[in-house]
Amino acid sequence: MATKSAHHGDNYINFEKGLWSWLTTVDHKRIGLMYMISVMFFFFVGGVMALLLRLELFAPNATANVGQVLKNGDVYNQVLTYHGAIMVFMVIVPGIPAILGNFFLPLHLGAKDVAFPKINLLSWYCFMAGAALAILTFFFNKIDTGWTFYTPYSIRTGTATVLMVLGAFVMGMSSVLTGLNFIVTVHKLRAPGMTMHRMPLFVWALYSTAILQMLATPVLAITLLLLAAEKLFGVGIFDPALGGDPVLFQHFFWFYSHPAVYIMIIPAMGVVSELITTFSRKVIFGYTAIAYSSLGIAAVSFFVWGHHMFVSGQSETAGILFSFITMLVGVPTAIKMFNWVATLYKGSISFDSPMLFALGFLFLFAIGGVTGIMLATLPIDVHFHDTYFVVAHFHYVMVGGTLMALMGGFYYWFPKMFGKMFNENLARLSFVFIFIGFNVTFFPQFILGAMGMPRRYFDYIPAYETLNKVSTVGSWLILTGFLFGLYAIVQGIRKGPKASMNPWNSKTLEWQTSSPPPHDNFAVEPIVTAGPYEYR
Amino acid sequence: MSTDSTTHGGVRSAHVSHHFKTAEQEYDSGKQGIWLFMVTEILMFGAILVGYAIFHNIYPEMFAEGAKTLDWRMGFVNTLVLIFSSFTMAISISYVQRNEQKKAAIALATTILCGAIFMCIKYFEYSHKFHLGLYPGRFLDVAKVGAEHANLGMYFGFYYCMTGLHGLHVLIGMGLIAWLLIRTIRGDFHSQYWIPVEGVGIFWHIVDLIWIFLFPLLYLVG
Repeated sequence: MATKSAHHGDNYINFEKGLWSWLTTVDHKRIGLMYMISVMFFFFVGGVMALLLRLELFAPNATANVGQVLKNGDVYNQVLTYHGAIMVFMVIVPGIPAILGNFFLPLHLGAKDVAFPKINLLSWYCFMAGAALAILTFFFNKIDTGWTFYTPYSIRTGTATVLMVLGAFVMGMSSVLTGLNFIVTVHKLRAPGMTMHRMPLFVWALYSTAILQMLATPVLAITLLLLAAEKLFGVGIFDPALGGDPVLFQHFFWFYSHPAVYIMIIPAMGVVSELITTFSRKVIFGYTAIAYSSLGIAAVSFFVWGHHMFVSGQSETAGILFSFITMLVGVPTAIKMFNWVATLYKGSISFDSPMLFALGFLFLFAIGGVTGIMLATLPIDVHFHDTYFVVAHFHYVMVGGTLMALMGGFYYWFPKMFGKMFNENLARLSFVFIFIGFNVTFFPQFILGAMGMPRRYFDYIPAYETLNKVSTVGSWLILTGFLFGLYAIVQGIRKGPKASMNPWNSKTLEWQTSSPPPHDNFAVEPIVTAGPYEYR
Repeated sequence: MSTDSTTHGGVRSAHVSHHFKTAEQEYDSGKQGIWLFMVTEILMFGAILVGYAIFHNIYPEMFAEGAKTLDWRMGFVNTLVLIFSSFTMAISISYVQRNEQKKAAIALATTILCGAIFMCIKYFEYSHKFHLGLYPGRFLDVAKVGAEHANLGMYFGFYYCMTGLHGLHVLIGMGLIAWLLIRTIRGDFHSQYWIPVEGVGIFWHIVDLIWIFLFPLLYLVG
């Protein structure tokens, strides 16, 4: 990797000045930062709602003063809906690809930009417009359907479902455009010598994610349009009163939304691959296996949606088949896990904060994955269906997996993005609080679920009280952790010491240009002569 | 994908954006991009076709009854109009490649005209149905229409959703072609650069292709 940055002082941040230059920029790095700011804002909003939900569940409603934070079940349902919709559509799905992917994919490949810079900007505007539409409903007509908009309730309820699903539709558009851009960039804009098998694993993960975004999102788009048409014109496709089938909505919905959970987790796996190899100072074990297992997960993900519908009345044969195929997802996922562990084996591990988050990911994702296998088992799922066991499972996968990786990746690439270093102790402190808080919050929910506490309820019997109290206290620890993290980031940007070109001694291409990178990424086009992880 | 004035040094060919090395690379990328986007379009219509197939299988007589109310002649004329418009769209690319901008502009204008004819016929079809009370889903008055099947509204639900979504794409396509027309008259496209013309052309062909599926499914089946 023979590249040097010739000119200093000129970087993408000071390349052009003023707010307008940011709002009209076609530079992928600036767009990445714009996504970062918007996603962090939505994460804050969704997080506050999570805290409110937990506060409501601190005690049963019979208890005076506490336990009635959200007045009644209607308000609880609304807050639950917005928490879910915001976290899924505006934080975890766009999170890693839109922030870190946008910023680093071209840098990883030695390209000057993504293939379609203007479409890249358009996708940010689509994202913001969709988010605005969705959030608008909160101010005049709150929706309470849950983020899945299940029919027939979503057709009947007199709330702003149409506006909300249009918002989700427009955000889906943004997701498709980003995916399209990434695929073409990977195919067409690699630097000389950058073969597919020399791409960093994060790029492989983004590439697999992009394929999923392209193939799954259109189905959600039409589903949401049909739902809107159902509500406005009563077309009858999902309405049993008109001969339609509400379960068809579930089929359509999960045909997208199941692959979507891999849209959320595969980029996280990519980030973790980068972190593990860098901070073990060791070439990653099984590069090809990790690369292709991303594609494997993407492929299998399209055949497993029925596991969301074990109790929907689908045929037993379908249930058994979906149960079996779902377990197949465990194979490529385990391939990744074992390769990461094998990379750590006899590595020179340094416990810098990004690495702590990566190890946290391994721990939490393992729990999320194993409980996933439990839920994939048809008879167990029939028992656990719609209990807190499911809530705990998907929070371990999505939050414990994706958010851990996002935070780790963010600290890892922070010096490259801003040219400054953050306070390492603050970052480690934020990790400790998030990691412990996360387990305190969500592990009790496995037990609650096994005890039979249903999800989405705003009240419960006294038998569940102690574990719910523990869980709520955990949510405050997570909040503390993220506040430390935010402080570390803001302080780092404002007052952090200058970062060198390659503070972690990484081998991938983005570290071979100045920090922060110049407008065109590389002063001289890099020529790649070796794989991405030539450590030892 | 216009040129970017911020290119650092080096020789700049007239129409290569700053992040591409050669015009071929830009052309290939653009073409791959538009095809990938078409994949998403086809998948989007694919889902509604799946819904159609499922309910057609459950209520074959009801779908047959609905199809009878449609005028296949209008649908057939529209099919011809769209196929012809695909032809004019295709030759406009060929003209641009041969630097015959005037002929290209005429071909593009004809394409828009065909789109307009298509939409006019659609308008007459829709207004005729509204006149007869053939509304989608719950708005269809089974007694007034004298429908044999209680769920006839669902057929029209599919009819309006599928043709409506397709019609929306025709309108978007017409807008894009109008944009091409302006740029062609301005002389933006020539034998060295025609990516947008070809991209919109592919979009238009796909919209045409989708109609070729919708026509038999809605008008002729049953």
